[in-house]
Parts: sequence; structure tokens; C-alpha cells
Amino acid sequence: MRPATAAFRTVPAGSPLPVCACAVAPQRFCQGGCDMAVAATGGGSGGWFPALALGVSLLKCLLIPTYHSTDFEVHRNWLAITHNLPVSQWYYEATSEWTLDYPPFFAWFECALSHIAKYFDPEMLVIQNLNYASYATVLFQRLSVILTDTLFIYAVRECCRCVSGKRIGKDLLEKPMFVLAVLLLWNFGLLIVDHIHFQYNGFLFGLMLLSVARLFQERHLEGAALFAVLLHFKHIYIYVAPAYGVYLLRSYCLTENKADGSLKWSSFSFLRITLLGLIVCLVSALSLGPFIVLGQLPQLISRLFPFKRGLCHAYWAPNFWALYNAVDKALAVIGVKYKFLDPEKMQKAAMTGGLVQEFQHTVLPSVTPFATLICTVVSILPSVFCLWFKPQGPRGFLQCLILCALSSFMFGWHVHEKAILLAILPLSLLSVQRAKDAGLYLILTTTGHFSLFPLLFTAPELPIKILLMLLFTVYSFSSLRTLFRKNGPLLNWLEILYLTALVPLEIFCEIVFPLSPWKLKLPFIPLLLTSVYCALGITYAWLKLYVSVLTESATVRQKVE
Amino acid sequence: MDKWSLMTIAVLLGLTVRWTVSLGSYSGAGKPPMYGDYEAQRHWQEVTYNLPINQWYFNTSDNNLQYWGLDYPPLTAYHSLLCACIAKLINPDWIGLHTSRGYESQPHKLFMRATVFIADLLVYIPAVIMYCCYLKETSTKKKVSTALCVLLYPGLILIDHGHFQYNSVSLGFALWGVLFLSNNWDLLGSVAFCLAINYKQMELYHSLPFFCYLLGKCFKRGLTGKGLVLLIKIAVTVVAAFAMCWLPFCTEAEQILQVLRRLFAIDRGLFEDKVANIWCSLSVLIKIKNIISPQTQLKLSFAFTFLSLLPACIKLTLQPSLRGFKFALVSCALSFFLFSFQVHEKSVLLVSLPVCLIINEIPFMATWFLLVSTFSMLPLLLKDGLLLAYIGTTLAFLTVCTASFSIFEKTSAEDLQLKSFSLSIWGYIPWLKPFPKIVKSLFLVSITLMGVLSLISATLNPPQKLPDLFPIFVSVVSCLHFLIFLMYFNIVLLWDSRNSRNQKKTN
Repeated sequence: MRPATAAFRTVPAGSPLPVCACAVAPQRFCQGGCDMAVAATGGGSGGWFPALALGVSLLKCLLIPTYHSTDFEVHRNWLAITHNLPVSQWYYEATSEWTLDYPPFFAWFECALSHIAKYFDPEMLVIQNLNYASYATVLFQRLSVILTDTLFIYAVRECCRCVSGKRIGKDLLEKPMFVLAVLLLWNFGLLIVDHIHFQYNGFLFGLMLLSVARLFQERHLEGAALFAVLLHFKHIYIYVAPAYGVYLLRSYCLTENKADGSLKWSSFSFLRITLLGLIVCLVSALSLGPFIVLGQLPQLISRLFPFKRGLCHAYWAPNFWALYNAVDKALAVIGVKYKFLDPEKMQKAAMTGGLVQEFQHTVLPSVTPFATLICTVVSILPSVFCLWFKPQGPRGFLQCLILCALSSFMFGWHVHEKAILLAILPLSLLSVQRAKDAGLYLILTTTGHFSLFPLLFTAPELPIKILLMLLFTVYSFSSLRTLFRKNGPLLNWLEILYLTALVPLEIFCEIVFPLSPWKLKLPFIPLLLTSVYCALGITYAWLKLYVSVLTESATVRQKVE
Repeated sequence: MDKWSLMTIAVLLGLTVRWTVSLGSYSGAGKPPMYGDYEAQRHWQEVTYNLPINQWYFNTSDNNLQYWGLDYPPLTAYHSLLCACIAKLINPDWIGLHTSRGYESQPHKLFMRATVFIADLLVYIPAVIMYCCYLKETSTKKKVSTALCVLLYPGLILIDHGHFQYNSVSLGFALWGVLFLSNNWDLLGSVAFCLAINYKQMELYHSLPFFCYLLGKCFKRGLTGKGLVLLIKIAVTVVAAFAMCWLPFCTEAEQILQVLRRLFAIDRGLFEDKVANIWCSLSVLIKIKNIISPQTQLKLSFAFTFLSLLPACIKLTLQPSLRGFKFALVSCALSFFLFSFQVHEKSVLLVSLPVCLIINEIPFMATWFLLVSTFSMLPLLLKDGLLLAYIGTTLAFLTVCTASFSIFEKTSAEDLQLKSFSLSIWGYIPWLKPFPKIVKSLFLVSITLMGVLSLISATLNPPQKLPDLFPIFVSVVSCLHFLIFLMYFNIVLLWDSRNSRNQKKTN
């Protein structure tokens, strides 16, 4: 095993030397404990984690009066639905256009919240009160996000414990666990999506990170249970389910490997797989059971997976399809100009004007949901194979999870730009461990976060998003650079050039463009530019990560051989 | 991480908090007919843009001085004019003479907030950064944490970006003054301080330490030789700076006199609203305003102020040192705040600024003072609807101070810079041992008291007979704190022996 990989200080169950696991594990806990003790007593820097967490929570409180999107109304509506109606009508109620389209656990969560909400303002619990947003309602909803983030904070602390203190320097600011805590707790995307735009991603990502941390700590069953629960809170996490499934099968159910690291079927533990199955079934039964009994499963599923929406969201998420659309559009324009295409025949192609859901391709073939599904599966497969045939312990699992998230982001149907967080947050864990991942992380976060800018389009929020983005970017760049001082520069000149060009792009989109005469004629230009430009960076990061994972596992295998 | 990344992060944090606070409500939002300070500033833009300069401070048919008449020195007026010129480009309705009275809209709010933000960014924040970078014998980390704490001081943020004022400009100039003086650029320092006074006359609270420090420096060089030259140079610079600021008003004597009458409006009474100073607190027991004639009030307040700042000034003149200068700034400003005539609750910011400057020397007491000063403005902040911002920024400030200075471990007599005092007086008293613990528990009691009072004032309705009950409680509690702080700062200043280790450290 390479020293860099060992930085996680956990020897995976699937490693070539399973004996080591027992020998190292106690040491790990001991050292982990020592780290905490050092942090707690060391020279007045004690309690940095609570300070970081409290600091960001207070910042979230200051963000309460900011703009909130329609998602605010969505969640208010769900509060009303779950509070007033019997369970049997939750997935049928359609007074508001924002019908309940999250799995049952989330509905129960809203139901629980609604019992506190009534003390703030009972009016918000009236289903007919569409777009109701009194001050008490805003306060309650915002505070509910901030308080449920406690789970996220806890999960981050657990994740920090999984990161080794191997590089313990004198300076607290240069400890990987400190850097990781800041990168996760102060994550720009999470801040603006949850606390300005309004959503409950914080505690959901908390569940995910906690389950990842549990897998690192070799508490597999807990990890599996947490992930199963998470899936029944928000089904978007199904994208990373392959990583969980394969990892648990390969490194938990198969207790041993052959000497060359390949599969040893005789070590397959039926007890373990039964336990896993039992957990998953139990959680699913808790969640879906009532609806199966009521015979509402088809209705529930039709609500959860609305394929009637278009290939791309109103604002194209910066993925493969954004590039595809852009190429299509460019071809159409060129075609009309040079008379390859008949402008009469061409429909007025709908563009990202705002409310448009369906995008008609003019030159390239149109994309069906099934095609995107195939693309997604195909793009996920290599990473899953890699996890199966060349297991590298929890670290390999994390890489696979990130690749699953990124691949589905690249090729999924109707992907939201917010889904990039699904890759960014887990990648933070890797970024503080290895220079290679740190460079990747910088590209992916900067581009991914930049692509979230169009979420906030109101003037008062413009300085906030820029300041917060700068804050996070300056911190991530300088801290990771300091952390990997000895490894040379993290990015090459081209990557730096690409990222620097985001600055003029932002200036053009937010300042120059609104003042220019194109504003009325081509209002979608800033969005299109942002999404296409960011798509380039994200595609690049995706490919680079894929290449690095595939080649790295090859070298590991060679070493083993 | 290198120094500049850390500093950038500190500044960005400060800016973020400033802008989030500015999203909230402002003074007098939607409250006709008089509105509040926001409307005052807008009205000044209207007046300065539309009227010739010789009418700015006069009551005319176009300029009703009863409605937020200009009562700040010329630099404020020029600043208003500058803002008005920009406003004219964006939307002329914002500054239309007469027609724009009470104008409120989201874009206008954004514009006004942006003007404060930019002024802060251009004047105050660079001064703070420079000040912290020039702190001697401190590690990079300490410099940055000092900068962070100063930038996150909630009082200034809430008043400037919440309530709506431009204090950061005058305070920023004063800070530039301190910065220049500490680098021995006395002339530049004098100019910067003149700008501060000419932006807000309240900066006079700081004038005596500046004067005494420079005078003491001249004395030290000998009043016949170099010292005299320096004194003359400084005097000429100050006069020139004032003349530049007042040039447009120098056409006739009446102009200058009218401006001065506007600046020092004596007829406004001993104090306004509920201020955490001695007169307001005493008036709970004795109705001073009714018993004593205004003339006597003026004399009385003058006498008290003079007496309380005398020791600090004498000490500073005789032994001018940079450290003494900073402490004298604190104690003089605090004396003015507590005892002088016509004090606003916002004037406490003038005390807070120098306290911010010594936060790296006495983190515990400075943090305590800064918290109390913010708390003392609570009634005002509640009136403006800034409760949430008040809670958020205050707790954030406390968190940052605790994390970066670990204030709870710095409560010994030495950390509070009381060593020489305790040696000279209490050296033989045995109960000195638990001193740190006593101080710490006093701090906790005080914090709890402030927290409880904040909660009560925010949630409970006062009894009908005593509508001002909670504001008075807040004033009296803060005033008691301030009196103790005044004693403390004077003790530290007066018992500071010239050759002590600390003086070397900060000089």
C-alpha cells in the first residue's frame, strides 16, 4: 500500500493483508483520541471545531432575511399537506403545483416540523395559502434548516476523525482535519443552496457523510442503514447507490481475498449479506410499507420520478447535455447562415428563456430519457468494475462514489445544477489527503460553485454570492497549497488560465451584459455562457478523475503482482 | 497559510457580515413623517445637490432645517454631494428637491447601502488592515485575528450597515491618524485626524489625546529647538487642513458661524433618548433636566468631563508613548461619553474604536467592553428591527474573540495589565490569588445579565405605566459597566511605568 493511501489510517477489509486490520485498528483509535486531546489542550487553539461550527451557524442566521426561491414555497406546501391530510392523501394532494415529490421519510420529516411550525404561525399550515411567507414563516423555515444542519456538523466531525493527523504540524491551520472541517462546514454551495436559495440538503448530506465515515470506521452495518434511510429521504442519492452496493458486497460480505487480491468466493459470509438485506428491507418497509398497504405505490413512484420534465432544467446544468445543446445550437446557426439548413423548416428552437421545459434539437438527434439512462449506466460501470475487481478499501469506495455522482451529473435526465454538491462534498475528504485530488478538487469546486451563481439572480444577493465564493475559493486554494507545499503546484497553467477566466465571465454576465443592447434581444446569453463554460471544466475534472482512478488501480495491481 | 491569504479571508468575512446586515431594516423604514437617519442622509444628498453651497446650513424656503437639517461638518456635506451626483445618474427621483422627501424603494435602499459599503471599504477597512500589519512583535496569526476581531466588531457594523450612518468614514480617518502617528509621520497623522473632525464633530472626543500626544512629543524634543519646529509644522498643517475643508464657507464670517451653530446645537439638552451615560442614568433618581437650568447643566457636564479626562491627558503630555496614546484615546472618549453634554447612544462607537486597537494587548477586557458597548445600543437597534442581526453579529464576535485570543485564559492581573497597580496597592492582600477566577465569573455574570436583558427587551412588553423600563435598565447597566471600565483604563494608563516590558513591546 502506498503511504499516501495509508493516510486514511484504515486498512480496508479487502486489502491484501487482512491481518493488519486488527493490528492497526486499535492504534487508530488511540491516535485519533490523542489528536483530539492535542487539539483540545494545545496552546489556546482548543475548541476550534465548535468555533468553526458556531461561526458558520451564525452566518447562516445572518442570511435569514435574504432572497428565497420557490423551493421555500414548495417546502411550506409540504408542511401544510403533511400537517392537514391523512397519509393516504399525501401523494394525491395537488392544490399547489408543487406537489410532494420526495420519498416518505421526508414527508414524515415535514410532518414532524409542522408540529413545531404551528407555534410560529398556524397560517403557513393552510394548504390554500399559496405563496404564504410571513416573517414568522420565513424565520421558522430558515431556522429549521439551520438547526437540522446539526446533523451535518456532527457528520463533519466524524469525517475529520477519519482523516489522519499524520502531518501534524505545529500550526493548527495546516492540519488536514482542520482544513477538511472548514471545506465541509463552510462549503459555498451548501451555504447558498440551503440558506439562501432554500433547501434541506444540509442534514441529508450529513446523513451521507456520516454513513461514509461509518464505512471508514468499519461500522459497515451502521453505514448501510444510514444510507438506506438517506435514500428514503431524498431519492437523488440513488445515483451513488451502486458504489455502496458494490463496496458492501465486495469488502464486507467477502471477508477475505486471495493472496493476489482477487476474489475468494469461499469467504462469502451469508450472515453478513442477510444482515445487510434485513436492514435495507426494514428501512424500506418502514418508509414504503404504509403506501404499499394502501396500494399507492405506483402513484408514489410516478410522483418521485416525473419523466415529463425536459432533458435539461430551465437553466442548463453544466454537464454533457449542455455541451450537446450548445453544439446543436451552434450548428443550427451556422447551418442557417451558410444555407445548409432551411430556416423555414426549422422550428423556432426553444432556448433557456426561463420556463421552457422541452428543448427541441434542430440538427443533432433529440435525446430520450432512456438514452440518458443508458449513458449514465455506461459511464458509471467502469468505476463500479474498478471497485469490484481492485478494491482499495474505503478510499476506493469514496472515489467510486464521487465518480458515480459525477457521471450521473454528466449524463442524467433533467439534472439540477445543485446536484454537483453530491460530488464536491465527498471529494473534500479526498482533497486533504493527496495533492492530485487536491488539484482536482480545486477545479471541480471552483467551476461547480460558479455554475451555482445563476441560482441567485437578485441584486441584493449579488455581493453576498461573490463575497462568499471568494471567501471559499481563497481559503481552499491557499489552505490546500499550504498543505501540499512540498508537492509543487497543484494546477498547471492551463487549468489556472481556465479558472481565472471565470472572473471576466462573471463581470461580463453580471455587469457588462445587463448594460449592453443584447439584453433584450438575447436574454439567455449569460446563462448559456455560464453553463457551457462550466460544463467544460466539470467534464475535464470528471475525465481527469476517471483517468486517475483507473490508472492508479492499475499501478496498485502491478505492485501487488 | 501565508499572511495575505489569511488577511484576505478576514476581510472577506468582515465584508460578508456587513452586507448581510445591510439586507435588514434601517432607521425609520416606512415611518413617516420624520423617518430616520436613512432619510436624513438621503435628504442631505437632496439638499447639497440642489442648493448652492451658501444655503446648505441656512434655513430657507428650500431648506427646512427642522426636517433633518444638515448638522455635520463640511466633509459630510461634500460626501453627500458626491453620492447625490451618482444618484442623479441612476435615478434623478431619488434626490428631487422637495419631491423626493421620504423616498423609499428597494433599488434606492440598495444604492444607499452600497454607498456605506464602499465608504467602509475605502476608508475604514484599509486602515484596520494596515494597523494590524504594523503591530510590532506579534505573530502573523495574532495580527490576522486582531484584524478579524476589529472588522467583526458588531457595534459599528450594526450602526453603519443596519441603522444607517457613515461612522466608518470618520472613525477610519481617525484610525489613519493613529496609524500615521505610530509610524512617526506626525504631519500626515494630523491631516488624517483633521479630516476625521471635519467629517463628524464627535471626533473631538479623540482630539485631546491627539493634541497631548503631539504636544508631549514636542516637549520631549525640547521646546526651543526641534520641538518648536515640529510644533509649528503641525500647527500650520492643521490650520491648512481645516482651511481646505472650510474653503467654500470662508466667503463671509456669518457662514462659518452658522455652520458652527449647526454643529454645536446646545439647545438640544443634556441628553437625548436613552443614553448609557451618567446623566441619563442619574435622571432615573433625580430629574436633572427639570431641576437645573440648561446653562448650569452645560457647566456641570463640562466640569465633570474635564476632571475625568485630566489625569490621562497630563500623563500623556508628560510621558508620550504610543501605548499611552491608545489608552488615553479610550479613557478620554469614555469620559466624554459618560459626562459630556448632548451625547448620543451611537457616540459609544468613538470609545469602541480605540478599544479595538488595544484588543491584542488586553483581549479579555477589550472584548468585554466591546460587548457592553454593543449592548448599550440595544434599544436603538430594537427600534430599527435589527434584533436578528444584533444577536448574530454579537455571538459571532464573541465566538471569534474566544477562539482567537482564548480570552477566558487571560484573566490574571498580568494579562489585564494590572501588575504594577496590584504591586503598588494590593501586593500584600492575600485575596489577590483567586483574582482571575473572580474576574472570569464577573464576566460571566455580566454576559448573562446582558443576554437576559436583551431577551426580555426583545420579547416582553413593558408595563404600561413604565414604557421605558427596559431601555432604562439597559442604560443603567451599561453605564455602571462603563464607569468601571473608565476606572480600569485610567488605572492601566496611570500605573504604566515607562520602562516596563509592555511598553517596549508595543512601542
